[in-house]
Amino acid sequence: MESVPQFFRTGPGPQARLFFFSLLSILLMIVDLRFESLHKMRQAISVILYPLQRIALAPASLYDQVGTLIEDLRLSKEINYLRQQYFLYQQQFSRLQILEEENTHLRRLLNAAKQTEVKSVMAEILYIPRDPFKRKIILNRGTSDGIEAGQVVVDDLGVIGQVTQIFPWSAEVTLITDKDHAVPIQVARNGLRSIISGVGKNNELELRYLSINADVQVNDLLVTSGIGGVYPPGLPVAKVEKIEHDRSYNFSRITCIPIAGVDRNRHVLILSMPLSEPESTNNSNTTESKS
Amino acid sequence: MSKDYLEKELPLEAKRRFIFISLVIAFIVNLFPLQEIIFLLRPDFVALTLLFWNINQPHQAGMSVAFTSGIIMDVCNSSILGQHALAYCFMSFLAIILHRRLVLFSIFQQAPQIFWILLLTQVIIYISGTITGSYHSDWYFFLSSVTGALIWPIIALILGILQRPEIDPNAL
Repeated sequence: MESVPQFFRTGPGPQARLFFFSLLSILLMIVDLRFESLHKMRQAISVILYPLQRIALAPASLYDQVGTLIEDLRLSKEINYLRQQYFLYQQQFSRLQILEEENTHLRRLLNAAKQTEVKSVMAEILYIPRDPFKRKIILNRGTSDGIEAGQVVVDDLGVIGQVTQIFPWSAEVTLITDKDHAVPIQVARNGLRSIISGVGKNNELELRYLSINADVQVNDLLVTSGIGGVYPPGLPVAKVEKIEHDRSYNFSRITCIPIAGVDRNRHVLILSMPLSEPESTNNSNTTESKS
Repeated sequence: MSKDYLEKELPLEAKRRFIFISLVIAFIVNLFPLQEIIFLLRPDFVALTLLFWNINQPHQAGMSVAFTSGIIMDVCNSSILGQHALAYCFMSFLAIILHRRLVLFSIFQQAPQIFWILLLTQVIIYISGTITGSYHSDWYFFLSSVTGALIWPIIALILGILQRPEIDPNAL
């Protein structure tokens, strides 16, 4: 290449190149959409990209570390506060233990299945894809940490989303606000079952296809119903914000706000449900776990 | 003004190494976790870097570089493989056929033209996303081409340093 000056070398013209490459990318798009065969290729590229992602995250984690150093100065006040809280909760905990025992006893009486134990893994958001068509985040845990596709991602308040693609050291999470994502839910107040889906906007969810006379009120809490076996029952999902009754449609338009900080957190929990038969859920289930 | 280019330094043929490193840095900058508003406004640094090299060194960084970085962007964004690749190919096509005209302008005069190229790139991404995903993004999705054009002079200045010829006063 060095021996022949650039000036004299002519490859195919720009039009021909454009034609070739656009054909190639359109082909790739079709293959990616219709068949699942490109997943391995994605995995390979993401492994190469992993160090870059870590570097991009470095300033943020440095900021976090400085933050914790400053936090340390305020710790003594916090310890005092937490001690008080501890005593308060200790009392509540003893009451809870009694309740739990009573609960298991009642469950045995009812011959119901034991509530599933849920293990959780802490994860950090590596980065947010800049694609405006999707609501997704990338976490720093992958197959090497025992994460599997289909696991549920939550924060301290409620459901955030679900793991949809896994790579060796990272995992892609589809948020509940994604347009193609749906969660089976129940209204906590009366146990009404439905499915909530994202609309592709930040901080907005929608209850579709509920008839106009369905018993849903503003500020109702919506929790996962556990039907389908993917989501553990009783996790808060959203709160009803607005109900519009338009007579020209069969269904009312119900807009909800997610409870969890879907677009705010840095740290999240990945819950791993033991693979078992989905629990037979009834209305009492959710209200019990809520109380 | 019109004879500006006569006083311009003749840029060196940039080494492939520099192009590669600048693209890697652009990827890292693209991956920074950011908050909501900045997230919407942030320009696509990979596209800007590609544009710079396409305009200034079309022989070194052509459409194949654009295609490869497009595929990598698709994996980063977890969008459909080929979506960004297609858009970047069109972008570098425009940059390559216009590069003789564009290099005559100063980097500030280039900015409006960069804006149109970036906007076209985003329109291609938008159309392919709409066809395949049926999600209608909000209008402010296109704002990032405005910020891209605004940040263009800075990018061009930084990358231009890599191209400057080394003048060795001790050489004969």
